[in-house]
Amino acid sequence: MSTATSPQSDTLKSLQKAAPAADYLDRRTGIGRVVREFARKVFPDHWSFMLGEIALYSFIVLVLSGFFLTMYFVPSMGHVTYPEDQLPVTMQGVGMSEAFASTLRLSFEVRGGLLMRQIHHWAALMFVAAIVAHMLRVFFTGAFRKPRELNWLVGFTLLILALLAGFSGYSLPDDVLSGNGLRIADGVARSIPILGSYVSLALFGGEFPGVDIIPRLFTVHILLVPALIVALVTIHLVLVVVHKHTQYPGPGRTEKNVVGYPVLPVYAAKAGGFFFVVFGFLALLGALVSINPVWIHGPYDPTPVGAGAQPDWYMLFLEGGLRLMPGWPEFVIGGYTLSLNILIPGVVVPGVLFTVLAVWPFIEAAVTKDRGEHHILDRPRNAPVRTATGVAVITAFMVLNVAGSNDILATHFELSLNGITWFLRIMFFVAPVFAFWITKRICLSLQRRDRELALHGHETGRIVRMPSGQYLEVHQPLDDDERWVLVSYDADRLVEIDPAEDENGVARPGYEKDKQRQRLSRFFYEDRIEPVTPAELAEEMAAHGGHDGEEMAIEESGDLRAAFDRPEQDEPAAITSGGDERNTPASS
Amino acid sequence: MSTNPPPGELTTGGAHASDVPEQFQDPGLEPHQLRLADRSEKNAKRVERQVVAILIVSVIASIAGVVGFFAIPVGTTLMDVRLSTLVIGLGLGLGMLGIGLAAAHWAKALMDNTERVEKRKPVPSPPEVREEAVEQIATGIEESRIGRRPVLKGALVGAAALAPLPFVVPLVGSLSNTWDVNRFRHTAWGDVPEGTGGRLPDGSVGRRLATDPDDRPIRAADVTIGSAFAVIPHGLPDEEHYLEEKAKAVVFMTRIDPNELAVSPERRDWSYDGIVAYSKVCTHVGCPVALYEQQTHHLLCPCHQSTFDLAEEAKVVFGPAKRALPQLPITVDVDGYLVARSDFHEPVGPSFWERDR
Repeated sequence: MSTATSPQSDTLKSLQKAAPAADYLDRRTGIGRVVREFARKVFPDHWSFMLGEIALYSFIVLVLSGFFLTMYFVPSMGHVTYPEDQLPVTMQGVGMSEAFASTLRLSFEVRGGLLMRQIHHWAALMFVAAIVAHMLRVFFTGAFRKPRELNWLVGFTLLILALLAGFSGYSLPDDVLSGNGLRIADGVARSIPILGSYVSLALFGGEFPGVDIIPRLFTVHILLVPALIVALVTIHLVLVVVHKHTQYPGPGRTEKNVVGYPVLPVYAAKAGGFFFVVFGFLALLGALVSINPVWIHGPYDPTPVGAGAQPDWYMLFLEGGLRLMPGWPEFVIGGYTLSLNILIPGVVVPGVLFTVLAVWPFIEAAVTKDRGEHHILDRPRNAPVRTATGVAVITAFMVLNVAGSNDILATHFELSLNGITWFLRIMFFVAPVFAFWITKRICLSLQRRDRELALHGHETGRIVRMPSGQYLEVHQPLDDDERWVLVSYDADRLVEIDPAEDENGVARPGYEKDKQRQRLSRFFYEDRIEPVTPAELAEEMAAHGGHDGEEMAIEESGDLRAAFDRPEQDEPAAITSGGDERNTPASS
Repeated sequence: MSTNPPPGELTTGGAHASDVPEQFQDPGLEPHQLRLADRSEKNAKRVERQVVAILIVSVIASIAGVVGFFAIPVGTTLMDVRLSTLVIGLGLGLGMLGIGLAAAHWAKALMDNTERVEKRKPVPSPPEVREEAVEQIATGIEESRIGRRPVLKGALVGAAALAPLPFVVPLVGSLSNTWDVNRFRHTAWGDVPEGTGGRLPDGSVGRRLATDPDDRPIRAADVTIGSAFAVIPHGLPDEEHYLEEKAKAVVFMTRIDPNELAVSPERRDWSYDGIVAYSKVCTHVGCPVALYEQQTHHLLCPCHQSTFDLAEEAKVVFGPAKRALPQLPITVDVDGYLVARSDFHEPVGPSFWERDR
């Protein structure tokens, strides 16, 4: 199947026109080898593999629209008075920084400027969202396992860079919302023990707000972070090529192959076309949906602040953490102030979250002692503890996000702000535990359902009456393809360790460490559902011969008596002993 | 299960169990399924027409976007800005979207969709390649003659460790124009430049309280019960470093019925006839506290909802802040204007390591 049909001679002939150019290039770059390697490279097809593409394409849109914006934006905190003859009317004669004034000018005076600003902002939100969604896909399907652990780290660093890009860009217009965001960043920086005050001074070039922060963030935003993102995206994609893409389990998909469509023509059209879809979608958002209308709140000033202000979505969990934390854990020790009420939600919680995220592949590898390569993805249900852990973390993250909107909830639903905050304080600890437990149970139930399905087949809803008067429902056994998806996973097993003492009763040195490993392994794999084996299926067929096998015979013959007369002919035909022979799906 | 299992059934099952393999076998790739367009040229033609139609929409949209750019002026009315944004944006969006959707439709409905199988190459390099690589590195090390020269090694490491310092130290060292943390402790209320103060009955001078942002001095008589003022030091807008000073000095002022006001003995003369002034910079992370509820005397920070009770010397009643808002000691001058008796008695704003030193 992998042999490509050789091209028609007229296609080859039409390519002859490009031959001189191709010859010129190949003699200077050897590009022929690259074309041969990549032109028909096979990629597996699944919608969830597009999430990373969305991130990449959003980034390209960010670079393009960002380039437009830099043509007009002035990254300066120099003081100006907005001209009386420029829109918007509300800002005429108002004192502001050049950054804010140029933001207004490029929005109202430059044709297409407002559009590009809105596209840029929407693309930024999409960029981070797509990275997170892509990361969740990789997490829940176990795509981070060997040999992709390092690429997971590259992707993780890209997430951090995306957050940095987002925050630095959000602050550039120097409006009152982003200014208060910087004020909060300053407050968090100051809470760092010993160095905090100096970090704050270094960030702002002196006391807040100073005149340096906007130009500095500008350089970070348009040079440092994008350059790092480009470099890491390159590494990310090179590693994807080196590893080849993972694929979901299915008939014919093995750890040693990739099943899918070639780059030319299918993915050139699909993935290439998808760039235009993402760009088009973001352009429509920019055209139709207003975002960050900075002129409504005005330029930054230390006095005013908007009620119901929300940061961009990816900062909401930090904001929520700051809101949830009670104030009491601020201590003065030996005359020095330790503000745990800021340090915990501002530094410790995101620090723990991101660290766990970064090292997860290594935690899992340590627990499973799994040294093999994995190119077939896990169905999330087949890794219950991993899936449950992921959902628990998402739940905690969502509680923080909701907490970041507690004032909006209070005003919109006329609830007590204090009540919501207290409720969420409790939920931050309780909800993830419940989410873990429920998700794990759902996974195990789904696995049991898979077993059930593999053993008994689909319910058909058809009831037959047996000669004895018994009523039975006809089950239709799965065909090989469908069953293969349900049974082709490895259930991870508990780590087995050597006893504490050897045969002479001498204590074994590594025992304590092994015991810990075993405890961790028990947490992961104590509850597990084994996939159905052929023996089980055969036994099931035999034991319930009158239940499934016979009924199939009934189905096939349409004759009760005939079915009853030849039970042993109803072999469990669904079992194939060889992979090369394909069964036709039951035709009933 | 049937009530009367026919004889021989169990043994048949048992016989099978010994034959069956340990694991299920991969059934192999599914057979390729033909699509509508694969079955007849007529269907394929229809797909082609659909793709072309989508591309034509894209072409029209792109042209309309460019026309919109030239046809709609901006800068005169908000309506123009809106219209220009809309037309250019729809042109760009539909132009791009059209190409994408056409390509996707083409790929899904018309292009050969036979699944292909490609072998994975092993990721690790073959053993002989590894061996060669190790040999090359070893040869390189040997040829460098560094092996038995620990002093050279040490000197190199030392030099490499120190060389970045003349770059990093100036970079970090110049980031701030000051490293004096005591700046956090001082606000503009402590200074009374010429023309910004009022004379107190005892002969001393205090900086006048002025409205933000128009800098008008405030008479005590103008502050009615429950009214809320954002206050800056008089004359501050004309000073250098206005925003930095304002970010520290800004004050929230209101008048509370003196019967409801709890005043501790040492702060007896910090308020004037129920008029109290507190730092507007939240002690949590520094947002300006802003939402005042005059019935309860609660002042709320809209950023993280720290709530302060102004009748109780701005102590924290809810939220993530630990400390009360610093109080600005105020009184009236001989002309009836509100003035500050002194600077704040503690640093304003968020906590920092050296705050209580």
